[in-house]
Amino acid sequence: MERSEAELIAAVLGGDAASFEPLVAKYSPRVFATARRYARRESEIEDIVQEIWLKAFDKLASFRGEAPFEHWLMRLTVRTCYDFLRVHQRNRESSFSEISEPEEDWLDRFVADPGTAAEEAEAAKVLINRVLEKLSPEARMVIQLLEIEDRSVKEIADLTGWSVPLVKVRAFRARAEMRKILARMAKDKYL
Amino acid sequence: MKRMNLADLQQKLTVAARRQPADDRVPYAFEKRIMALIAERSAVSGRLLWARGLWRAAVSCVALAVVSGAVSFFTPATADNTKDLSQEFENTLLASVDQADTTP
Repeated sequence: MERSEAELIAAVLGGDAASFEPLVAKYSPRVFATARRYARRESEIEDIVQEIWLKAFDKLASFRGEAPFEHWLMRLTVRTCYDFLRVHQRNRESSFSEISEPEEDWLDRFVADPGTAAEEAEAAKVLINRVLEKLSPEARMVIQLLEIEDRSVKEIADLTGWSVPLVKVRAFRARAEMRKILARMAKDKYL
Repeated sequence: MKRMNLADLQQKLTVAARRQPADDRVPYAFEKRIMALIAERSAVSGRLLWARGLWRAAVSCVALAVVSGAVSFFTPATADNTKDLSQEFENTLLASVDQADTTP
């Protein structure tokens, strides 16, 4: 018979570490999907997810069971991804000279007629990823959660551990930072 | 050449990001890897616990040895052999044997 999450957690806390495995198997897809939004290289993603699960095991006693385990785990996931962003701030200062031809074509089309530059185009995806990588960790976190995942300010505050006013301030700054990066990207040709 | 509208571009790229499907692939047997790491860490922490305990015991033994050495070094030697601690200890220990020898 399949055991419930609460039973599995109680068993792990009681010393049966093997009961942790079904939880890892069940929630790893969700954790991997989140980690892939903040890191690009597969080896880095695996390291992040591994760290998340080891932390989850160590801190399981702090899970009070008032909210679903998934919420608790996602808080841990988002905070670990934020720590990763803060540690790996490389590439942020690089220029946009490496923009590929398809990306430049997409930008040309956007300038000529924004309607013809499709959001589904591979070049648009590459461009937005490039822009996100250049954002500061706080800005990237806020843009990802607020603008891309469409979460509320309160949800973001809960996930990140920041206060609601701080999330609002960071959201304002993040949008400005993103616009500045886009301006830098378009400076030579379009502005 | 037309100028670029940055607010529109920002909006368009945000929509592009939203439309990227979530990639939730998990490497093969990833949960086994996590469980192996947890087991390995538990074994290491068990060994660490023992090592820590043994080091504490070693430090206590060294401290006791130093104190004993200091006491014996700073205690003035007496000429009176009857007050020798080792002699008294031996006498006490063998008292019953001595009594058995002298009893007819």
